Amino acid sequence: MNNKSILNSKKIKNFLKYAVLLMVCAFPALSFAQEKDTTAEVKKFSPKEVILEHIADSHSWHMIGKFSLPLPVILYTDKGLEVFSSAKIERHEEGETVIYKGKYYNYKLDHNKILAVDDAGQVNEQATHKLWDFSITRNVASMWMAMIILLLVFFSVSSSYKNRVGKAPKGFQSLIEPVILFVRDDVAIPNIGAKHVKYMPLLLTMFFFILINNLLGLVPLFPGGYNLTGNIAVTLVLSVITLIVVNASGNKYYWKHIFAPDIPLWLYIIMVPVEMIGIISRPFALMIRLFANITAGHIIVLSLISLIFIFNTLWISPVSVVFVVFMDVIELLVAFLQAFIFTMLSALFIGMAVEEHHH
Amino acid sequence: MELVKPEIGLVFWTTISFLILLFILGKFAWKPILGAITDRERFIEDALLKAEAAKEEMSRLTTENDALLKQARAERDVILHEAKKVKDQIISDAKEAAHTEGARMIEMARVEINNQKAIAMADVKNQVASLSLEIAEKVLKLQLADQEKQDELVSQLLKEVKL
Repeated sequence: MNNKSILNSKKIKNFLKYAVLLMVCAFPALSFAQEKDTTAEVKKFSPKEVILEHIADSHSWHMIGKFSLPLPVILYTDKGLEVFSSAKIERHEEGETVIYKGKYYNYKLDHNKILAVDDAGQVNEQATHKLWDFSITRNVASMWMAMIILLLVFFSVSSSYKNRVGKAPKGFQSLIEPVILFVRDDVAIPNIGAKHVKYMPLLLTMFFFILINNLLGLVPLFPGGYNLTGNIAVTLVLSVITLIVVNASGNKYYWKHIFAPDIPLWLYIIMVPVEMIGIISRPFALMIRLFANITAGHIIVLSLISLIFIFNTLWISPVSVVFVVFMDVIELLVAFLQAFIFTMLSALFIGMAVEEHHH
Repeated sequence: MELVKPEIGLVFWTTISFLILLFILGKFAWKPILGAITDRERFIEDALLKAEAAKEEMSRLTTENDALLKQARAERDVILHEAKKVKDQIISDAKEAAHTEGARMIEMARVEINNQKAIAMADVKNQVASLSLEIAEKVLKLQLADQEKQDELVSQLLKEVKL
């Protein structure tokens, strides 16, 4: 392959396109961050607090500057269900304490946690302990947004397939088809084999769900920039789904391998517990891997931006920008990679569970 | 650490949402998409197999045709050869027959000619004899028409007779 064909190859072109797109996205993020923190500059800047606040979930959806989109708060208390807008509980200024008088208790927001309080503002430990927070948080709302995007995309692609039976893919369809084929031919079939058809919907949904949330998480502007796939609750759910699917589809060879492996009997004392731990540890590793990768990426990008405020000078910003662009490009790779790895390993575990052994 | 403590609300909503997404996409997106892709792949594979089969059939037919042609050529050669042989045979036979017939006819002609010649000779002889007789008669008649001449002749004849 000569130089010209390397430059002309589609992969490189697409990569460059995305890199440019990300650069464009990264600049407003920078200016936005600068703008926002001019007030905080007066106080001592604490990068840890800012970063953790950015990557954590919140009860309102921050848009720009002082504007936030209020989201519904849904609380399940020992006395019943409480539903109110997060605007009623959100602080508008530093140090202000907002107490919302609900039907059953009074509530206040403390570090994105909703606490039940009495009239004087003292925390009611007993009620807080029994408080179940089912609020539509920023992560839930952005997850739904991502899901709507997925539904729109795949309904349109699906209808293209219906309208163009027996024809070559066209337009958006031809962008999506290689990815679907990639999941099928390089993820599902090599790991699961002939039984892959049953698991394709799960693997495809997982792949595209993780991918779109990873990508939207990289967009620093309003609807994006959330940290859903870097939230342990989400990765927990995804890995538990893998855990259930793997064990529900495990055949006799899978269970025999765990409870009656072909080894001397005295080794059973060690091997059986190890294998049983393995059932849990594999999805556990999935959960931690996705969570840690995405969260780490967000933390690095935010830390690089924070450099400007730590040094408290604009002159450091070119360094920050260069590194952030660099990190964003890497994060773009990671977004694909983690979606791929999660799906790949899920397929691998399913494949191990359904594999037929012929001794 | 707050980060690694899953919140019940997000777990709850993620579970429900993901399962609904899985169901809807599975039913209305993945099924038709994968179905269409599989159908198309099968169609392409089918078409390729058919093309391959057609190609094989083609080459089989071509070799068959070639063989037929070759065979036909060989047969034609054999036929031509035989025809030539037959022709030569016929010609030589005919020649021989003609020769024999000719010889026979010549022989016959010769015999006939001889016969005819003999007949003619006999005829001529008779005619000459009768003519001579007639001439002699006429001459005699003429010569002996008057006495004088008779005498003259007799005297001449007598003169001729040398004793």
